Amino acid sequence: MLTQAQLIDPQARSLTLKISRYNPEVDEKPHWEEYKVEADGHDRVLDVIQKVKWEQDDTLSLRRSCAHGVCGSDAMRINGMNGLACKILVKNLKSDTLTLEPILGLPVIKDLIVDMKPFFDHYKAVMPFLINDEPPPTTERLQSPAERARFDDSTKCILCACCTTACPPFWGDRKYVGPAAIVNAHRFIFDSRDRGAAERLEILNDAEGVWRCRTVFNCTSACPRDIKVTQTISEVKRALMTGNIDLDAVQTVEIGH
Amino acid sequence: MAALESSKRVGTAVVSKLYPTRSHTGAAQGGIAAALANLEDDSWENHAYDTIKGGDFLVDQTAAEVLCKEAVDCIYDLEHMGLPFDRTADGRISQRRFGGHTKPNPIYDPSATPGTEAAKPRIPVMRACHAADRTGHMILQTLYQQCIKQGVTFFDEFHMLDLVMVDGECRGIVAIEIATGQLHTFHAKSVLIATGGFGRMFKVSSNAYALTGDGPAIAYRHGIPLEDLEFYQFHPTGIYRLGILLSEACRGDGGVMFNDKGERFMEKYAPNLKDLASRDVCSRSIYQEVRAGNGIGGKDYVFLDIRAETINKYKTSPTGQAVDSAWVEKRLPDIIEFARTYLGVDPIREPMPIQPTAHYGMGGIPTDVHGRVIQDAANTPVPGLYAAGESACVSVHGANRLGTNSLVDLVVYGKRAGRAMAEYASITKFQPMPPHPELPTKTAIDGLLSRTRTEPWVRIRDEMQKTMMDDCGVYRTEETLTRARDVLIGLKERYARLGVQDKGTVFNTGLLEVLELGCLLDLAQATVGSALARKESRGAHSREDFPNRDDQNFFAHTLAYRDGDNGTREAYKPVDVIMVEKNGEMTTKYPLEIRKY
Repeated sequence: MLTQAQLIDPQARSLTLKISRYNPEVDEKPHWEEYKVEADGHDRVLDVIQKVKWEQDDTLSLRRSCAHGVCGSDAMRINGMNGLACKILVKNLKSDTLTLEPILGLPVIKDLIVDMKPFFDHYKAVMPFLINDEPPPTTERLQSPAERARFDDSTKCILCACCTTACPPFWGDRKYVGPAAIVNAHRFIFDSRDRGAAERLEILNDAEGVWRCRTVFNCTSACPRDIKVTQTISEVKRALMTGNIDLDAVQTVEIGH
Repeated sequence: MAALESSKRVGTAVVSKLYPTRSHTGAAQGGIAAALANLEDDSWENHAYDTIKGGDFLVDQTAAEVLCKEAVDCIYDLEHMGLPFDRTADGRISQRRFGGHTKPNPIYDPSATPGTEAAKPRIPVMRACHAADRTGHMILQTLYQQCIKQGVTFFDEFHMLDLVMVDGECRGIVAIEIATGQLHTFHAKSVLIATGGFGRMFKVSSNAYALTGDGPAIAYRHGIPLEDLEFYQFHPTGIYRLGILLSEACRGDGGVMFNDKGERFMEKYAPNLKDLASRDVCSRSIYQEVRAGNGIGGKDYVFLDIRAETINKYKTSPTGQAVDSAWVEKRLPDIIEFARTYLGVDPIREPMPIQPTAHYGMGGIPTDVHGRVIQDAANTPVPGLYAAGESACVSVHGANRLGTNSLVDLVVYGKRAGRAMAEYASITKFQPMPPHPELPTKTAIDGLLSRTRTEPWVRIRDEMQKTMMDDCGVYRTEETLTRARDVLIGLKERYARLGVQDKGTVFNTGLLEVLELGCLLDLAQATVGSALARKESRGAHSREDFPNRDDQNFFAHTLAYRDGDNGTREAYKPVDVIMVEKNGEMTTKYPLEIRKY
C-alpha cells in the first residue's frame, strides 16, 4: 500500500495576495490592495481569498459555492490567467505573490464580482435546449453510444465564463456571442435527438456568431473542464461551410492544446 | 423541476440566491435510480423495498412506492427533455450498481454454506441511470434549459430571508437583492421552498458553501416543525480533509475500501454486499476501523481503491468481467480528476485517502405526497406553502437515504409539488399582504450593520462545525449531545451580539454569511434536540448508549418545534405503513426486519 507523504504534511507557505478592489459606493475606479496570508500547502486559492475575507477584511466580495470546480461561481483572473479559484492549489503556485482580478469583458460590480447578465443573455440567444416536436416514444428515445459520444465534450460546460472572458475578440466586441454560447449550441446541434440545428446554425452564421472567432485558443486553455472549446467552434464553422452536420465524426486531438 | 411543472399552468418565478446553474444538484455524481430494467431484471417493487430497508424502516411506505413507481416515467421525461444519459450498446439508458440497490437472488438457498453465492438472499442490481459521473450536472442543466424554453421568470441572486405568514397561511416571501442590498417582498398565491441542504453545520462536508438550510430554518422560526433532523447522512467516501464527494459509483463499479493492514474491512461488517452496503453502515465501519487503530498510518482515514487491478483481483466489476484502466477512466472521469487535483493522487495507479463526510439531511420541512408542508402529527397542511428536495421530508429517506434517491426525490416530488402548487394558485385569490412584511428582516439587518464587530463571525461558525462533527456526528451519546446543546446555547449568545464589518449595500456577502450562520445555528439546535430525544439507534442516528433499534418506543418520525430562543419540543408522528391481506389476515406489506447487508 502507498501513502502520500505530501498529503499528510503539506508545506505551509506565506503568500502575498494582490487583489483588485472596487466598491462602487466609494471608489471611482478599481485599485490594488495587498494582503499577507499564511497558507497550508493543500489550500485552494479560494481558501486563501476567504482567509483574507474572514480574518482581515470582510468587505472583500467574491462569488463561490461548491468549492470543487463544478458550480462555476468563482471564475477570476489568477496571476493573469482565467481559472476557478477552487481548482487551483496553493502548492502548485510558482510564485509567493498571487494577483487576483475579476474576469475581463463584463462590467465589474464589486471587487471580484462581475455582471453575468450579458454572458447569460448570449447563452440564451443560441436556444440552449433540446428542440424536437415529434411525439416521444413511451420509453426513452434511442441513441447509440457513438451518437452520444459525439457531443459529450460540450455537455461538460458549467457556464463559468472562463472561456468567453479570455477571448480577445469578445473583449473587442461584446456583442459577439462568445465561446461558451457556441459550446452550448454545439451540445444540441450535434445531438442526434435534436431537430433545431438549422435554426441555431442560422443564429451563429451572424457577424456576431462563430465568424468572430479568430482561433486564438485562449478559450481552450482557460476552460476548467478541459473542454476542447476551439475544436467545438471549428466543428460548428465546418457545419456552416459544408451545410452538413457530421454526427458520426470521431473527436480528434486538438492541435495547440 | 417544480417551477417547470408549475409554469405549465400558472405564472411562476424562481427566486434564488445563486445563479440557478450553480445549485448543488449539479454536484451529484453517480446516478438516479429507476427500475427501467435496461440491463437486467428489476422492478419498482425491488426499488421500494430497498428504499424502505435502506431507511431502516422509518420511511413512509406510500411515499416510497410513489417514488419508485413514478421514477420510471420521470426518467423517460428527463430523457425526452434532452438529458444526455450514457447509453447501452442498443441505445437505451445505461444503468449501474449503487449501494443498497438489490434484487432477490434467483439461486438463493437458505441452507447454503455461508459465504457462497447461493447463501445471499439479495444481490446487487444495475438500477442507477447515469451520465458518466456527472448525472446531477446534467439534470440541473437540462431542467434549467427547459425553464428557459418555457419562459420561467428568474430572480437570480435574490436571497430569501423570510416567509410572509398571516393567520397560518403563506402569502409570499421577503428577499434581498444581493447586487443592491434592497429588500423585496414577493406576493404569491403559493410558495415552494427548495433551498437544499444544510451540511455546512458540520466541519467536514461535501456540501457547497451555499447549503445553509435557509428554508427549513425560516419555516422553523415561523412555528413549522422540522421532521427527523437527527438523521444526517455521512457519506463514507469524502476526500480526506476536504470532504469533497467521491461518488458511490466508485464502489458500484467495483472499487474497494482498505484499512492500514490492507484488509478489505467491509467483509467484516457487511458479509453479503460488502462495499455496497448502505452509506450509514459503511461510514460506521470506517469509524470502527479508525478507532481500532486501523486507519492509514494510524490516522483518521482509509483507502478507496478503484484501480483496475484491484477490481479484477476482487472480481467486483458490475459484470464480473475483467476491466482495464481505460474503462475506469471512462466510467469515473470527474472522480479521477478530483483526486488528481485535490489529493495529488492518480487513482488509476494509487488508492485514494477518504473519510466520511457530512452529506445529506434525511429530515427537513415535513410534507405530504403532494409537497404540501404539514404542521403537525395529524398532517394538517399549511395553506399556500410547499417544499421539495433536500429541504423537505416526505419521508422517502427515513433514517438513511439510499444512494441516488435524492435525485429521484427531487424529480418525482418536485414535479408533484409543482403541480399541486399550481393547482392551488389557480383556484385561490391573492390574499392581502400585511403592512410592512419586510420589517422583521430589516430590523435584523439594521442591527447587524449598526453594531461594531465583536469577533469574526467565522469563529462561531468554526466552533459550531467542530461541535456538530465531534458530538453530533456518526456516533452520539447523551454526554456528547448534552455538551453540544450547551455549546450551541453559548454560540447563540455570542451570535446575538455580532456586528458586520462591511456596512455597504452592494454585494455585502459578509452580511449574508452571518445571516446564513444564524440559520445553521437554529438547525443545529433542532438537530441536537431531536437526537437527544431519540434514545435508540436507527439508520444514520447511532447512539452508543442505546445501540439497538427500538421499534416499541421510536417507530415514529420526530417533529421538532422551536420552543423559545434555544429550546426544541419534540412530538412524534406515526410512520405510514402499508397493510395487505395475507391468508385472510391484514399484515404489513414490508415487515420490520433486522437490517443486515
